[in-house]
Amino acid sequence: MVDTATPPSRSRDLDKLLLRPGNLVGPTFEPGTELREDLKEYVKVLVVGAGGLGCELLKDLALSGFRNLEVIDMDRIEVSNLNRQFLFRLDDVGKAKAEVAAKRVMERVSGVNIVPHFCRIEDKEINFYNDFSIIVLGLDSIEARSYINAVACGFLEYDSDDSPREESIKPMVDGGTEGFKGHARVIVPGFTPCFECTIWLFPPQVKFPLCTLAETPRTAAHCIEYAHLIKWDEVHSGKTFDPDDPEHMKWVYEEAVKRAELFGIPGVTYSLTQGVVKNIIPAIASTNAVISAACALETLKIVSGCSKTLSNYLTYNGVEGLHTKVTEFVKDKDCLVCGPGVLIELDISVTLRKFIDLLEEHPKLLLSKASVRHRGKNLYMQAPPVLEEMTRSNISLTLYELMDKVPKDIIHVTGSTRRDDKKTSCLRKLRVVFKGVEGVTDMDMAGGA
Amino acid sequence: MIRLFKVKEKQRELAENANGGPPVKKQTAGELRLHKDISELNLPKSCNISFPNGKDDLMNFEVSIRPDEGYYLGGTFLFSFQVSPIYPHEAPKVKCKTKVYHPNIDLEGNVCLNILREDWKPVLNINTIVYGLYHLFTEPNYEDPLNHDAAAVLRDNPKMFESNVRRAMAGGYVGQSFFARCL
Repeated sequence: MVDTATPPSRSRDLDKLLLRPGNLVGPTFEPGTELREDLKEYVKVLVVGAGGLGCELLKDLALSGFRNLEVIDMDRIEVSNLNRQFLFRLDDVGKAKAEVAAKRVMERVSGVNIVPHFCRIEDKEINFYNDFSIIVLGLDSIEARSYINAVACGFLEYDSDDSPREESIKPMVDGGTEGFKGHARVIVPGFTPCFECTIWLFPPQVKFPLCTLAETPRTAAHCIEYAHLIKWDEVHSGKTFDPDDPEHMKWVYEEAVKRAELFGIPGVTYSLTQGVVKNIIPAIASTNAVISAACALETLKIVSGCSKTLSNYLTYNGVEGLHTKVTEFVKDKDCLVCGPGVLIELDISVTLRKFIDLLEEHPKLLLSKASVRHRGKNLYMQAPPVLEEMTRSNISLTLYELMDKVPKDIIHVTGSTRRDDKKTSCLRKLRVVFKGVEGVTDMDMAGGA
Repeated sequence: MIRLFKVKEKQRELAENANGGPPVKKQTAGELRLHKDISELNLPKSCNISFPNGKDDLMNFEVSIRPDEGYYLGGTFLFSFQVSPIYPHEAPKVKCKTKVYHPNIDLEGNVCLNILREDWKPVLNINTIVYGLYHLFTEPNYEDPLNHDAAAVLRDNPKMFESNVRRAMAGGYVGQSFFARCL
């Protein structure tokens, strides 16, 4: 079966997937050496996070034939990482994770180029992220996932009939673990639910009542949170607690110990203190390996089309025996982040006041008393009075001017609408397009939150 | 699934033609939801909201409360709100900037209000929190103490509690603690 003209390949097994046609392949799969070489040459993968998942992901992706990888992580290596973040050694403690991880994988896998970025994900310009074919997430926080999701969905463009434009899609593969549990999911903005569509999947964080901490502590965690949330402020007025400063952490630990002794509560340790304060989730190396492997394979499948992809959320649970399941979550069609929003065409002469009136008559909106926000700027606020006053002068200006004369952009409006004769409040995303302005070829529109 | 290679050049072209201008900060879903909360605020007359960083930063704001009944009648109490990008998944961080003699607010400004911590739900909003805070002044309760001494006085000797509150609000000492005038 193997094409005899094929040059000898290091990745013989990968060739079996990429060079041969099949019945279970994705709809756009075009097997052949060109695909394999394109994977090496053109595909750029960004790995977000160089921790437990990130180390595994970089190794897996490099061994899967990807040549152009970049990795971003703001953390430095700590001793407690070494049991599972296998690219790091004791000598590396204190160094940047992204840099060491990139170096180690490049040393081991010839031909791969990994560019490390030792910084926060917010420090990069939005366009940095547009350079990648696909983004793979190995993160431990909702906040960071939500940010990358908003950025990736922000590149999505919709046609005038609200269908996503293929070339603007920035797919994501997201992995996460917590002890014996984990998930891997595929996010194809415009097609599968984005992170924000299913934010409700995350259980709320456990927060202890402050008065319990102050009055009736019963557990070691209560004593630690007392030292962290109450005692710290009492003693260090004005100084912000920095969870990454070992001196601060030691202080909290020592105060927690005193507190625990006072109430006869056992179990306060330094590592528990770190765990409670930094919300550290116990990590198991093999769970990371399982989840990362799934993510790396989905990445390969999305990019090459060599097999159908996960649709769209895999959960893995090894707590009692082993249970694994795939759920097909559905998109929220009105999602503020990945949804198309309502398309509105306007003349450049339309004032903000006129625009607000138009929203009331628009058949898809029927939105009265609209407050309008564009790119983080409040153009008009109906309430509270202080903001109404500060934005009132805008309403006689044209929307085109207020939107910095861009030919098209997203704006968000809130107001009230009538549904079944009842007034309900709503928040909507709009794609505003100005008629006859240079730069707009069709009626398409940049998407995003 | 996606014709990544075929469209690569097109994509680059589009990125270069993108609206130009300075790079914009990404709006988070939390900011948008907060925008809705703020534009629908319906505060009692005794409460006022202000935005120290101007009209576009809604994530950091202050609310002043001037109770019109109860022990704290006539005082003005300032609260700072810090809203996270993942709001409403997480409750705002609220602190009392005015030093107050109160059983449920400590001298550092920590506030014991259930909906700010253990009972926060994403369906709640900024309005709910402000009403919750207002309620703390009309109905201080000694069962959830954060200022242990104030709670004990309220429980054992409401008359003395009342006079302590008046003294603190007028500017003076209660026990070892000095309170600035907030009437």
